[in-house]
Amino acid sequence: MARRSEAIAVLGRAVRTPQGGTGLVIAGLVVLVAAIGPAVAPYSSTQFVTAPFARASSIAWLGGDILGRDVLSRTLDGGWELLVMAAIATALGVVVGAALGVMAAYYGGWWDSVIMRAVDVILAFPQLVFALLLVSILGPKIWLIVLAVAISHAPQVARVARAAALDISERDFVKAMQILGIPGRRIIRRDVLPNLTSVLMVEIGLRLTYSMLVIAGLSFLGFGLQPPAASWGLMINENRVGLIANPWGVLMPAILIALFTIGVNTFTDAVARASLGVGGRAAEPEPVALVAREVT
Amino acid sequence: MAAPSEDIPVTMAEAGSGTPRLAVENLRIVMSPSRGRPETDVVDQVSFTVQPGHVLGLVGESGSGKTTVALALLGLVKRGLAIGGGKVLIDGRDILGLSEHELQKLRGRTVAYVPQDPGSALNPVLKVGTQLREVFSIHGGDADRLTQVMAEAGLEDPGPILGSYPHQLSGGQQQRVALAMAFACRPRLIVLDEPTTGLDVTTQRRVLDTVRGLCRTYQVAAVYISHDLAVVAEIADHVAVMYSGRLIEIGAAGELFASPAHPYTRGLMRAIPSMESSHELHGMAGSPPRPGNRPAGCSFRPRCEFAIAECEAREPQPVVVSDTGHAARCVRAAEVTALSGTALTARERAAPPAGQPVLTISDVSVSYTNKPVLRDVSLDVGARQSVAIVGTSGSGKTTLARCVVGLHKDWTGTITFDGEQLPPGVRGRTQDQLRKIQFVAQNPYGSLNPRQTIGQIIGQPLAHFTKLPAREHDKRIGDALTSVALRESFATRYPDELSGGERQRVALARALVVGPELLVCDEITSALDVSVQAAIVELLLRLQAERGLSLLFITHNLPLVRSIADDVTVISAGQICERGPVTQVLTAPKEAYTRQLIADVPSFG
Repeated sequence: MARRSEAIAVLGRAVRTPQGGTGLVIAGLVVLVAAIGPAVAPYSSTQFVTAPFARASSIAWLGGDILGRDVLSRTLDGGWELLVMAAIATALGVVVGAALGVMAAYYGGWWDSVIMRAVDVILAFPQLVFALLLVSILGPKIWLIVLAVAISHAPQVARVARAAALDISERDFVKAMQILGIPGRRIIRRDVLPNLTSVLMVEIGLRLTYSMLVIAGLSFLGFGLQPPAASWGLMINENRVGLIANPWGVLMPAILIALFTIGVNTFTDAVARASLGVGGRAAEPEPVALVAREVT
Repeated sequence: MAAPSEDIPVTMAEAGSGTPRLAVENLRIVMSPSRGRPETDVVDQVSFTVQPGHVLGLVGESGSGKTTVALALLGLVKRGLAIGGGKVLIDGRDILGLSEHELQKLRGRTVAYVPQDPGSALNPVLKVGTQLREVFSIHGGDADRLTQVMAEAGLEDPGPILGSYPHQLSGGQQQRVALAMAFACRPRLIVLDEPTTGLDVTTQRRVLDTVRGLCRTYQVAAVYISHDLAVVAEIADHVAVMYSGRLIEIGAAGELFASPAHPYTRGLMRAIPSMESSHELHGMAGSPPRPGNRPAGCSFRPRCEFAIAECEAREPQPVVVSDTGHAARCVRAAEVTALSGTALTARERAAPPAGQPVLTISDVSVSYTNKPVLRDVSLDVGARQSVAIVGTSGSGKTTLARCVVGLHKDWTGTITFDGEQLPPGVRGRTQDQLRKIQFVAQNPYGSLNPRQTIGQIIGQPLAHFTKLPAREHDKRIGDALTSVALRESFATRYPDELSGGERQRVALARALVVGPELLVCDEITSALDVSVQAAIVELLLRLQAERGLSLLFITHNLPLVRSIADDVTVISAGQICERGPVTQVLTAPKEAYTRQLIADVPSFG
C-alpha cells in the first residue's frame, strides 16, 4: 500500500530533511551514550578512583568528582534512568492530555467546561513548581516524579489536542458518521484521532524535551535519584563547587542534556514541517490574498 | 468550409480592428524544475487579444490554467511557477519585462484585479471608507470622485457603506466595493477572477451588469475568468476556452456557444442543464491530464469522441472556422462546427406513482438565538419522487436538510417518515430510521476521512447496520463501488488520490451501501465542474430509477432542478415561497420572487 501509516510517512519525510536528520543523529547519540554507557564505563560509578576534583589524567580521562570518583564513568552511568523517566512521563502526559482534549472538543458542553477549567487550574502552577510541590509533600520517589511531570504535561497537551480536534469534529466526514448513529467513542477512535497524528507527534517531541529538563532540574535540586547513585542533574549540583578545579564534572552532564534537548527539538521542528505536506498535496498558499493586498 | 489557416500558425487571436488594449503572445508558464523533474509547462502557447471596452471570457474547468494566465496578466506567478516565455502587452508595452517596482506601480493603476472572494480581499478591521480612500491616495486619485465611483459600481448611497466594516456588508455589496476599488483609478485593463461565484443569481446578475457597463463607459478591456459558461455567455464579447494549459478555442461569444468548434467545448455545452427544457446531461468520461502527464498529441484525445489517428501524431494547431476569427485547436474543427447545435436529448420523466408520501415535513421551524431561520415549512416527498428545494444562500435550505437527517435537533413541528414521527436528533431514532435516511454532503473534499481507504469509508456504515462475514462485507463494498461506476480496486485507495467527481461517487456509494429509502442531497454538485456534475446527476437519476429511491435535492441551481426534479419548493428567508411540479413552477411561476429568480439565471439565449 502506498501509505500504510501517517506517522511513518511523516517521520520518514522529516528524517530525510537535513534539519530532521541532524536532529535525530544528535539526539540518537545522546541516547546511545546513555544506553550503552553503563556497560562500557571503565569504573563503577561509586568507586573512588582519584583525588576529589583531580584534573583529567590517564587514570580518569575526565578527572575526578567531589569525592574522587571517575567523572567519565558517572557520566556514562547517569543518563539512562533520566531518559527512561522522561520517556515514561511524556508518554503518560501525552496520552492523558490527548484523551482529555479530544473528549472536551468532541463532546463539548459540560465535558468541555469541566475538563478545560481543571486544565486551567493546573496550568496556573509553573511546571517545576508543581512537581516540587508534589515531591515535597510525598517525598522524592521515582514514580512520583514521573507522575508529577506527566500531570504537569497533560493540561498543555489537552489544550493543543482540543484545538486540533475541534476543527476535525466539525468536518463533514465526522457528521456523516454521526448521522448513522455510530457512538462517539468509535468516531473519536476511527475518525478523529487518526487525523491528529501529526499534531500529537510534534507534541510528543516538545514534551520530551521539557520532561528531560524538569526531571534533570528536580534531580539538581536534590529530588530524584539519591546519592551515591549517578544522575546528570545530580552530578551538576554535586560538582559545581569544583567547577574551576575540574570543569568536566559539570560540563559533561550539562552538554549531554543540552545536546539531547537541541536534537529532539530540531527533529520535532522537522516533523512539524513534514506533516504539513502529508495527507494530501502540500497546501499551497492562495495567491489571491497577496494579490489583493498589492492591488488595493 | 474553411481550410486550416496558414495565416495564424501558432497563435489564436481575437479578430478586431485597431490596436488591442491587451495582447498576450505565446505565453508560457512553467513549473520550476526540481529534484530531477524536468521543466514542465503549466500553460503554453496562449495568445489572445482584447480590444478596449470589450470583455473576454476565459473559461475552463478546475486545473485548466485559467487563474495562472490571469495572474500573469498582473505580472504575478504562483509559488513554484515561473514565466517561461511569451509576452503580455498592455497598450503595446510588455509587462513581463518590468521590474518589481515598476510592476507595483502598474498594478492598480494600469491593471486592476477583482478577486473571487471580496470578503477576504478587504481588511476586516478597517472601515470600508478608510480602505477605499487609501486606494485613492496611493494612486493619486481625487477623493471627491469617491462617491462617483461608488455610484458607478452600483452603490447609490455610499455614506453608510463607507462607515461600515466589511463583515457588515452583504456579499454583493462587498463585491461592489471591490469593483469600485478596481475601477477607482481608471485602469486600462481589469482582471476579474470568478467575481460572482459566491453570489446568488440575483446579485450576480446586478454585478455582471455593472461590470459590463463600466467597461463600456471607460473603454476598459476586461478579462473575465469563470468556470460557468452561462455567466460568461452573459457578459463576454469574446470567449476563450482553456483545457490542460492550452487555449483550445476562441471566438465571438454568440458564435462559439451556438456552434462550438472544439469537441471539449461541445462537450461542456452538452453537460450544462438548461432552464428551458429537461434534457439528458452528458458528462465527459475521464479527467483532464495533469501538467507533465499529458498524452502525446492532443491533450483532449483520450476523452474525445471525435479522436482519430492524426490526433495522436502531433499537437493540433489552431484552425480558423469562420471569417470572424473563430478558431479551435482541433484537426476536425470544421466537422465539429458543422454538427447541428449541441444535439440534446429531451428527458421524459415518468411521473412517479401517486401514493403515501415517504417523508412529510409539517410546520417545521428553527431559530438560532431567537433569530428565525425556518418558519412553518411543510412539504412532502412521495415514494420514488425527486423533490428539489431551491433557495439563495441563507434561505435556510441546508438547515432543513440537517433537521431531516437529525444533525440539527432543536426544531419544532413534525417530520414523519414511513408513517412514523421522527425524533428530532439522531440519538432518539431507531437503527432502521437511521439506515433508511441517508445524507450526501456538499463538499466531497471534506466528507471523506483522509486517513481511511475508500473501502474502510464505505464499510463503516455497512458494518454499523449489518453484521456480515468478511467476504460478504467486502463483496458489498465492491458492488457499491461498481454501482457508482468506480472500479472495485478503488477500495484500497485513499481519498486524496481521487478527483472531486470520484470522491462524490464514493460519498454516494457510502450512502447507498446500506439500502436507504430516502437520499438527502445537499448541493452535491456545487463543488464540481459542469462535466463532472452532469455525470453525477445522470448517475443519481439512474440509481433512483433502479432502486426506487426518494430524493430530497437541495440546490441553488435552477436549471439543474429542471433536469432532475419532479416537484420543487422555492424557499426564501426561511419560508416557503412557492411549491409545485417543476414544469409548472419554472414555466409559469405564480410568485414575484420566483419569477425574479428565474429571470436572473444566466443563459445562452
